[in-house]
Amino acid sequence: MSTVVEATGLAKVYPNGTAALAPVDLSIARGEFVTLLGPSGCGKTTLLNLIAGLVVPSAGSLRWWGSALPPIEQRDRKLEFVFQSPTLMPWARVSNNVRLPLDLAGVPRAEGQRAAEHALAQVGLGGFEHHLPRELSGGMQMRASIARALVNEPDLLLMDEPFGALDEFTRQRLDDDLLALWQARGLTVVFVTHSIQEAVFLSTRVVVMAARPGRILASRVIDAPYPRDDAFRVSTDFAQHAHALSRCVASANAPAAAAR
Amino acid sequence: MTRPRVDWRYAAPVVIALIALSAWQFLVSWYDVPVYIVPSPLVVARALVTDRVLLVHSLGVTLGIALSALAVSVVLGTAAALLFVQSRWIEMSLFPYAVLLQVTPIVAIAPLIIIWVHDTRVALVLCAVVVAIFPVISNTTLGLRSVDPGLLDLFRLHRASRWQVLWRLRVPSALPYFFGGLRIASGLALIGAVVAEFVAGTGGQGAGLAYQILLAGIQLNIPRLFAALILITVCGVALFGAVVLISRLALARWHESELGPR
Repeated sequence: MSTVVEATGLAKVYPNGTAALAPVDLSIARGEFVTLLGPSGCGKTTLLNLIAGLVVPSAGSLRWWGSALPPIEQRDRKLEFVFQSPTLMPWARVSNNVRLPLDLAGVPRAEGQRAAEHALAQVGLGGFEHHLPRELSGGMQMRASIARALVNEPDLLLMDEPFGALDEFTRQRLDDDLLALWQARGLTVVFVTHSIQEAVFLSTRVVVMAARPGRILASRVIDAPYPRDDAFRVSTDFAQHAHALSRCVASANAPAAAAR
Repeated sequence: MTRPRVDWRYAAPVVIALIALSAWQFLVSWYDVPVYIVPSPLVVARALVTDRVLLVHSLGVTLGIALSALAVSVVLGTAAALLFVQSRWIEMSLFPYAVLLQVTPIVAIAPLIIIWVHDTRVALVLCAVVVAIFPVISNTTLGLRSVDPGLLDLFRLHRASRWQVLWRLRVPSALPYFFGGLRIASGLALIGAVVAEFVAGTGGQGAGLAYQILLAGIQLNIPRLFAALILITVCGVALFGAVVLISRLALARWHESELGPR
């Protein structure tokens, strides 16, 4: 397995003195589904922004496919980012929103439109091409946002608590569909969440983070086989992983309680 | 559904106007108020009809100045805003002068402009522009800057050029703000035109409504003064209405400010 991202001693101190992220080491291999799990303020979003190159690190190094992270203008690998909110352009129809990455890259409009319609069908939004974002529900807007990330066939997909604002039922359905897409397309995903259940359900590996200062506590491989379904959500295996992770998160807040 | 219902949003103000006009007419007749103090509504209406050629010509002059000023303000104001968002340095250097333009009373600088600019019409338009341009500049600048930071990151990640960010992201985001500025500017352009005419005191063919008001006041032709006043007011309301309509047509599809009740 080839390494996609390798962070060594990566740290971020914001100009106002906030230590968002203490030096961390993290390596992500091709085809992995890695989840960054932790409470608010643990630096998981900062780490994701560092990987994307949206934030400049204060210390440490970050390697992309084995070489130093090139500036955004000189990248030959495709990275896509899904934000906490759908971040759609309210004035543009859904298919125009989804086509945006291709439009910006100069792909001919007709070809882009075909790819956008394909991506929309993949996330279950076929037939909504001509709707405006405000005409969609929150979950559907998030699906459009995911379609926009998939339209460009990304080499690396970064997702920052994408389903945090959705209700439990919608979130589970989107989790299911995301896993199916990950498997079908062989994606490499880094996913940020504060939900232990979501982390266990989705990931090949969960990286547990803690706050003040933001740091990595532990890393746990979730070895359950894919495809994972609702039965997995209520299995003993699932409960054991969730329990171990929640103990790990709790140990950061009360060090004395950490048994192992 | 069968019987057309009265829409009180429009009917109520009309009823109020009818009551006020009747009271006005009644009080003027009852107390026998001389026409050179307060003319009755009927006398004003008669003046509107008999002086219609003169008044409509003047209305055309004033409206022409106000509309030209509004057009110039939109073009120059938008250009200034586009310049400002190119760099903080440009904005920091130039924005104070836009404020300077705004806070200087137009009546104080209008005489200067009229002395300096030979063509009176151009001078009048310039005065009205000085009054009307600021809301366009400040609102459009604010709008061009009020872009969803997530979308800005997205454009950055996709190596969007400065032009792509401007055209595909900043300009559409700024539209609601721009139209907000335009609403204010439409009223100000008319006020600017009238104030400048007062200062310039242009008579003859170039006489606008302000000049008619001035002259009617001197001649104690109060019914004509009222008639001219009414025309200016109607004109201002119509201008505002037109801008509201344009903004609704442009934004109705997507912006919450123009969405109807669901």
